[in-house]
Amino acid sequence: MTPRRRRLVWVVAILAGVGLASALALRAFRQNVTFYFDPSRVAAGLIKPGEGFQLGGMVENGSLVRTPGTLKVRFVVTDFKHSVPVHYDKVLPDLFREGAGVVAHGHLDRNGVFIADDVLAKHDANYMPPPVQRTLQRTAASGGAAGAQAEAAIADAAHASGAVGAGAAEGVH
Amino acid sequence: MVVELGNYALILAMLLAAAQAFFGLAGPALKRERWVAAVPSAACGQFVFVALAAGSLIHAFVTNDFSVRYVAENSNTALPLFYRVTAMWGAHEGSMLLWILVLSLWTLAVVVRSRYLPREFAARALGVLGLLSFGFILFTLATSSPFGRLIPAPADGNSLNPALQDPAFAIHPPILYAGYVGFSVTFAFACAAMIEGRRDQLWARWMRPWTVSAWAFLACGIALGSWWAYYELGWGGYWFWDPVENASFMPWLVGTALIHSLAATEKRGLFKGWTLLLAISTFSLSLLGTFLVRSGVLVSVHSFAADPTRGVYILVFLCLMIGGALTLYALRAPAMQSNAGFSLLSRESFLLFNNILLTIAAAVVLAGTLAPMISETLKLGTLSVGAPYFNPSFLVPVLPLLALVAIGMHARWKRGGLGEARRSLLWLLGIAVAVALVLAFGVYGHPMPLVPIAATFGVWIILSALIEPIKHLRRRVRLPWSVAGMCVAHIGLGVFVLGLTFVNSNSVERDVALKSGQSAQIGSYVFHYHGGQQVVGPNYDAFRATVTVTHDGHQVALLHPERRQYWVQGTVQTKAAIAASVPRDLLAAMGNNVGAGAWSMRFQYRPLIRLVWLGALIMALGGALCVFGRRQRGPVRAAATLPAAALPLGAGAAPAGAAGAAHAMHSVMPGPGGKGAV
Repeated sequence: MTPRRRRLVWVVAILAGVGLASALALRAFRQNVTFYFDPSRVAAGLIKPGEGFQLGGMVENGSLVRTPGTLKVRFVVTDFKHSVPVHYDKVLPDLFREGAGVVAHGHLDRNGVFIADDVLAKHDANYMPPPVQRTLQRTAASGGAAGAQAEAAIADAAHASGAVGAGAAEGVH
Repeated sequence: MVVELGNYALILAMLLAAAQAFFGLAGPALKRERWVAAVPSAACGQFVFVALAAGSLIHAFVTNDFSVRYVAENSNTALPLFYRVTAMWGAHEGSMLLWILVLSLWTLAVVVRSRYLPREFAARALGVLGLLSFGFILFTLATSSPFGRLIPAPADGNSLNPALQDPAFAIHPPILYAGYVGFSVTFAFACAAMIEGRRDQLWARWMRPWTVSAWAFLACGIALGSWWAYYELGWGGYWFWDPVENASFMPWLVGTALIHSLAATEKRGLFKGWTLLLAISTFSLSLLGTFLVRSGVLVSVHSFAADPTRGVYILVFLCLMIGGALTLYALRAPAMQSNAGFSLLSRESFLLFNNILLTIAAAVVLAGTLAPMISETLKLGTLSVGAPYFNPSFLVPVLPLLALVAIGMHARWKRGGLGEARRSLLWLLGIAVAVALVLAFGVYGHPMPLVPIAATFGVWIILSALIEPIKHLRRRVRLPWSVAGMCVAHIGLGVFVLGLTFVNSNSVERDVALKSGQSAQIGSYVFHYHGGQQVVGPNYDAFRATVTVTHDGHQVALLHPERRQYWVQGTVQTKAAIAASVPRDLLAAMGNNVGAGAWSMRFQYRPLIRLVWLGALIMALGGALCVFGRRQRGPVRAAATLPAAALPLGAGAAPAGAAGAAHAMHSVMPGPGGKGAV
């Protein structure tokens, strides 16, 4: 092959490859990317039943209900303005607890209940998922009783994650 | 006191790195012989002081000095000694120090091996490495010093994240970093070659063993990380397409492309510009990985350190280094290009296809990793990209790549053709198809069309990689180390592909709630729960269950999954129990007490999952053989190979010029059989 023809093969191969890959990637992308919504946006009716998405917020205190002897659990995810009931029937992650941040993947059924097929596990006890953090900040900024609750939740998480750092520096430890 | 000395040592190391960078880059440019001579000493000094700094931090951990904030946050008197040492890299600050330590170790290795390099070239490469060290030490001192004090000191520390209290974790970060950071040597060599505007291809020869070493380390590091996530994070996943995993996987993909294009550059002087670009990209992706992990811009299981100032610093550093290297590339690379013809079915063509496909694969991963970040920045909404995107998109470039590996290994340089290997390859393809069909339909019984195809490629690659060793064995000729390395690495790839195929298609997973005495069917296995009891560990309480697994009525495994509550952090951690063997893994993990005397549990059957990690380790072993082979051959006898003119400073090497030229000629020509190492 002459250098000229070789260059041509290069260019054609790369263009074809990149073209094909980006076409397929875009296709895969559109079908398989999931968006994140907080309870307020769910309440605004932006999502049709059956459509897959990620729901994020805080697990409402006292909302966790188990059906004894089975995997079925129910809890409520809230951003302190609106809340969404969630049903789940798999093993909950280690770090799942009431009053903590959570991100779940699933869809809404016709009654507005979120049927989760996965509750995401993060391996840091004090971890606040960034989207949840932003959700809470939005609520906090809106003021009122809900805002105050959201602020308290943010402060809780911040305090927990910096427990030794902040606490001990002030001699509280 | 000791950590203050450590802090001091790190500052001194930074100054020495600056000196190393200055003398290394300015010395050869201004033809100052004594500046060039000072570079190795500065590099060694830098290593010594970095080692002292790291030693002082480890000392603080071992002696439980909780007046050091970093120690207080990550250690505890109840923590076993081994984990107190490894806790040094348990969080952001210490892991940056580890990064710097590994970088200075690589630098030291370059110094030790630099007698095989022209002095100017070595000085320039060390200069670039000095710049990198300087940047990272400055970053650590400015934004994430592990040496800060905490006054008054707490009586006890916060302890290490329980998920990190594990032997695999202890070695995972150092090995991963050895790979990541190793590519900085490749980067430094590429920069040095571009600064000198070398028209020959010796730099590719010098660069190759370093690149292969870093690549092998990275393969081991990724495999270890995957293995650790599999059994330690508790729920049996081994690859999540998590941003941090992708951050290590992308440099590995591009690094694999680089190894292959280096072969073409070294043997035939081809693709020089492309090889340089890959060298820059590989290291850039390593830096990008650091940025993604350290800045906390992405949601990730690993993002234990989220601090915007750190992200900004690394981003600026990233732009400076990569921008500088690309500018250099734009200025110098066109003059370094050389052209040579080759036919469509030649080794060169296959290396080219390999490079194109691997680059596309890396681009697919990069797109998926950055998409959430970009969408967030442009306020298009928060989104998450996971396996449903990555799995199919990644297969598009990788399946054709796998199809080409078996043939490409035997293609000849330049004029091309497969020669006598052609018939063997066809036979082996037939055997591979048969084996794959038996495996897919007979043993595992899975109708998905992709499964037999991928399995065929896996078996074909393994068989094809055996042709050359068997031929040598028959003729009673010793197999060259580099060819052996290539064959072993490709066998590793085949093993990896087989493992991945069947673990993806035939795993069974079930979540159940069981009372003592109840059982659950997972595939053809039955898991029986026999209740559990409270036990006390060194720094935790646990509920320990007893689970037996039967197959056709015979007991095949006894498992003790635990649910641990760590005393200090109060965190609850699942400790999965795994009965591991090459044909299949059986896993049991405990969930919660769900009331009415029942516990939630997850059971898994995963066939051939061991082959995934084993394959990666075999690939790394292949890389090690290549590097070792170079040493045996009397490595890159660079100083001798260079024409005298290229060595204005090294007067002693001049008489060797003639012999060196002959050696250089030989290195350009393919070996007698036309089967050079790839």
